[in-house]
Amino acid sequence: MFAFLIKRLAQAIVVMFVISIISFSIQDNLGDPLRELVGQSVSEEERQALRDELGLNDPFLERYLRFAENAVQGDLGTSYFFKEPALQVILAKLPATLDLVFGATIIIIGFSVPLGVYAAIKPRSLLSKLVMGFSTVGISIPVFLTAIGLIYLFSIELGWMPSYGRGEAGHIFGWDTAFATTDGLIHLVLPCITLASIMLPLFIRLIRSEMMEVLQSEYVKFARAKGLSPTRIYFLHALKNTMLPVITVGGVQIGTMVAYTILTETVFQWPGMGFLFLEAVNRVDTPLIVAYLIVVGAIFVITNTIVDLIYGLVNPTVKLFGGK
Amino acid sequence: MALLDVKNLEVSFGLRSGAVKALRDINFSLERGERIGVVGESGAGKSVLGFSILNLISQPGRISAGDVRFEGKSLQNLNDKDMRTIRGNRIAMIFQDPMMTLNPVLTIGDQMIECLLAHRQISKAAARKIALQKLMQVQIPSPETRLDQYPHELSGGMRQRIVIAIGLLMDPDLIIADEPTTALDVTIQAEIMELMLELCERNNVALILITHDLGVVSQVTQRTMVMYAGRVIEQGPTNEIINDAQHPYTQGLINALPQMGVRGERLQQIRGSMPSLQAIPKGCAFSNRCDYASERCRVIPEFTRSGGCLVACHMVEELVAQSENKAQDGGA
Repeated sequence: MFAFLIKRLAQAIVVMFVISIISFSIQDNLGDPLRELVGQSVSEEERQALRDELGLNDPFLERYLRFAENAVQGDLGTSYFFKEPALQVILAKLPATLDLVFGATIIIIGFSVPLGVYAAIKPRSLLSKLVMGFSTVGISIPVFLTAIGLIYLFSIELGWMPSYGRGEAGHIFGWDTAFATTDGLIHLVLPCITLASIMLPLFIRLIRSEMMEVLQSEYVKFARAKGLSPTRIYFLHALKNTMLPVITVGGVQIGTMVAYTILTETVFQWPGMGFLFLEAVNRVDTPLIVAYLIVVGAIFVITNTIVDLIYGLVNPTVKLFGGK
Repeated sequence: MALLDVKNLEVSFGLRSGAVKALRDINFSLERGERIGVVGESGAGKSVLGFSILNLISQPGRISAGDVRFEGKSLQNLNDKDMRTIRGNRIAMIFQDPMMTLNPVLTIGDQMIECLLAHRQISKAAARKIALQKLMQVQIPSPETRLDQYPHELSGGMRQRIVIAIGLLMDPDLIIADEPTTALDVTIQAEIMELMLELCERNNVALILITHDLGVVSQVTQRTMVMYAGRVIEQGPTNEIINDAQHPYTQGLINALPQMGVRGERLQQIRGSMPSLQAIPKGCAFSNRCDYASERCRVIPEFTRSGGCLVACHMVEELVAQSENKAQDGGA
């Protein structure tokens, strides 16, 4: 376990290094920072002097090292717009985004497992065909369209749900979350459904096809020959094996979902990181863009590590504890 | 009353191109404690026969005619719940490849105990005790540790012993073993076969041994059925079939075996290969590969009694008729 975490940490450092180079290059090439800092009245000579003073004319490596040194200490620069440390601005919006991702994940797990399993067990039934049909349609509808459709139906026509915002957020164990209040929960419904709608069809199809394959296996036949009940065969023997590849894919997809929040948050005016990122791009607020990329990279690394740990617990042929 | 009685069993698979019959006219019965071998090439329908007894044929296969009776009770009309009280309890099955038979994500103990709990109202601790006892019966070293291990931690031979132990858990009356040694190494094969023979004899368990290894059949079984293209073509006492096969196909199988003491000669093989079930020749299915085939083979042969065996072959039928005539002439 310890060796595994050390190995993971080493990998994480490499990944974060690559992300930092990419984000730094973006920062370096995204327009002239001086345009944001000074007005039009400043002459070209004064600009040059300021560039020298800020170190913008130093060689690339030198500038990167300076950036990296600050970054390691948690300083990703100061947001031009908010005049606050970029990392702090991003992290303040993180809970809102995690609310969305968490809610969407619950929806995905809650629906994909039973629907996928059902479609695998009874592939010829009408419900299975409906589910598979809807999932094909679901995969091909873009997120913003789903979002607008949901808002039109449930907010405007029916008036059941708020169409934008996060509502009132409460606190659970000192963590700021919309799950803590009824108002927050109501605000979460539509954005979470929207976010889940991208991944849900994929997971239903994945679970169905994996499960169908597992049901053909010798050990499932043997379980039947042992006289076990169908419930035990489907939900223990088959499902446990089905979930192995699903967990692996799931880890990557949850990371990807963080990126998809940009669209969802924009449509629903959800005050999260993705919404902030889009604003930062519009304002050419480079330190904020860089901070976003680095935080998302870190989330990716963390979720994948957790998923690998879970995978190790489910699959006995993977040894996390001890080993060589 | 026979333990198992299979009557006119027919299994067909509904394919898009129409139904294909994987088994036709299978008739045999098995007494308590009796061991019967089912031999034939791949695709002859041996495994389907094994699965059809437990009503476990995979889709789109189904029993389309005939009946399987276990202790006089038809298994065909049982609902799924009643069928489960037979599976693993009264009739156990052992599969071919022990690498694939055990669930990779469950411990050996879980896979044994669940079978006991499915059939008996006992505590987990009591079930574990029985599991341990059965592991000892199949001569597994340090059985206590094995219960908590996963399949991948054990060798192939060891896993097959565990599969056999699972088969024995409920002290069944009949074990259907589908090529139990094919996937194992030769030295292990002999050990496993010996173990199965010993366990069957000791507990008076009937055995249906499905295999393509005539050597194993002669070592273990009292009776043998030879199958070809979904039909039984010859059945009788094992020693008669091995030493004096009547059907040209059985003769071909036996001639194809390597023999000790015969050196430097090529093995004889049966020419051609078994037809697909959709392209079986009219009449005797073997006629297109048979050296003795003639016009009469266009008609499906009936069983003829020859010695202790039943043989489905026109040539054997004629030979038997001739010798009977001779005997009558000689007597007159």
